[in-house]
Amino acid sequence: MKILVTVKRVPDPDQKIKLTADGRQLDLSGLPCVVNPFDAIAVEEALRIRERSSEAGEIVVLSIGAAECEEQLRTALAMGADRGIRVDTPAAADPWNVAAIVQAVVAREQPGLVLMGKQAVDDDSNQVGQFLAARLNWPQATFASKIEFVDGHAEVNRETDSGIERVRIALPAVITTDLRLNEPRYVSLPGIVRARKKPLEVLSLEALGVALQPRVKLLGVTIPTSSRAGTRLRDVDDLVQRLKELKVI
Amino acid sequence: MRILVVAEHDQGALKGVTLSAVGFARALKDAEPEILLMGHQVGSLAEQLRRYGPVWVADHEALRLAAADRYAEIIRRVAAERQASMVVAAASTFSKDILPRAAALLDGTMGTDVVGVQEENGQLLFLRPVNAGSVVATVALMGEPKVLTLRASAFKSPEPGEPQEVHPIAVDPTSLPNLIEVVRRDSKTSSRPDVTEARVVVSGGRGVKNAEDFERIIGGLADVLHGGVGCSRALVDAGVTSNDLQVGQTGKIAAPDVYFAVGISGAVQHLAGMKDSKVVVVINKDPDAPAFEVADYGLVADLYQAVPELIQKLQPSP
Repeated sequence: MKILVTVKRVPDPDQKIKLTADGRQLDLSGLPCVVNPFDAIAVEEALRIRERSSEAGEIVVLSIGAAECEEQLRTALAMGADRGIRVDTPAAADPWNVAAIVQAVVAREQPGLVLMGKQAVDDDSNQVGQFLAARLNWPQATFASKIEFVDGHAEVNRETDSGIERVRIALPAVITTDLRLNEPRYVSLPGIVRARKKPLEVLSLEALGVALQPRVKLLGVTIPTSSRAGTRLRDVDDLVQRLKELKVI
Repeated sequence: MRILVVAEHDQGALKGVTLSAVGFARALKDAEPEILLMGHQVGSLAEQLRRYGPVWVADHEALRLAAADRYAEIIRRVAAERQASMVVAAASTFSKDILPRAAALLDGTMGTDVVGVQEENGQLLFLRPVNAGSVVATVALMGEPKVLTLRASAFKSPEPGEPQEVHPIAVDPTSLPNLIEVVRRDSKTSSRPDVTEARVVVSGGRGVKNAEDFERIIGGLADVLHGGVGCSRALVDAGVTSNDLQVGQTGKIAAPDVYFAVGISGAVQHLAGMKDSKVVVVINKDPDAPAFEVADYGLVADLYQAVPELIQKLQPSP
């Protein structure tokens, strides 16, 4: 089974985000970037699906954006994916347009499964997988913590607010990953060397026949500040006293 | 402006956050909120909801469990028929699964985790946290309908009013998609309130060593305060707690009257899920833990000593 996995370049979530001097946008210059952690889980899962399957299958990784996204594609290739595709866009596309682009790549690649992170940790939208599934009229299984294949179907454990839900879906399908699905492997040095020689194709929006139609316009950003007093308490008795004042007890 | 509010319920009980979504809708200018209820044998929920607005009810065996394909299709039909300008629901794994699918079917536009709305030159602008809540973005959504998931903590539930009309929707199961089969749902066995609805939440982090300690210390404090329990991602990763307790960027949003962060260092990803709590109490033995920066009250102490002492002092006297 061919698996298509999306790989988004995002600022390292452990770094502190700053605004530009005019305060109008995020200052991402100089911030190290990584593969969106949920996408790294998706790449890892694709590798594991292939490792435990008897049939051979190609793993294609897709990133959307400017040339620097190839850094994250190379990371995914170093993990073990076979081939990379970068769809060249000048600026970040909103989820609607990302879904349109992925749909065009799906039409070209005809994968049996699309694996994606449930959300990108920069935009936190959690929309593209569901958009894509609807556009393709494919089944979806979001927030996956376990994926198994039974009788040509996928059975997926989903992480929901009230616990685990198990769904059964036919393939092809879109599955989005949650944290507990797996722990992505580290990239090995031989893996990095091999990744350099793996094919990485750059496609234009024209070649895919996609015209961007922005549906979300970013107008401004602010960094919220905490206005809490941060009173240090002496001991547990002090805390008990405060809780009484708060009428918690 | 007609706004369709998608109701959420679980095991026969309405999720309280649904009413916050109604509150959001009511506060908008010229708003005409209508509520969409989907499920099976949900008559009593419709009776509850009609006191907050007219209710459209799709009640059918085929909708007993919330499969995204079917629910999104029902939302599409009702939103189209009612010519809704907006479709909204409280942010949850339920709405985040289903609403984007509905938005795509409706050829609409979508905002996730909306925490505020402003009007500028007749256009609505939406505020939403990004980058794990370390940034709040102001966005315009182009196109209609505008589909939103809403942070319940940011919007007030309205008072119930006179009962409004309940409109049943005819459901023909053969006309519904059949792409997703829900095989089973684990029913929750906890007697404690969910972190999204509890008045008091006690959350544990890396400082808690194992599941027994979590139950005894974090659970023990929650019980004496009649609260819910939560945790940071570290404990889920360590296998100490289940994922449905996770508070944070990728977990649940807790905004109780009092939030206890116990043995939680305070990574931005966790803070994203508890910042809107009214009062935050931090207990951590590391005086430099970032969690103290968002605390109203901080106690530098070993949780293994401080919390059992606290539980004992909070016990009602015999």
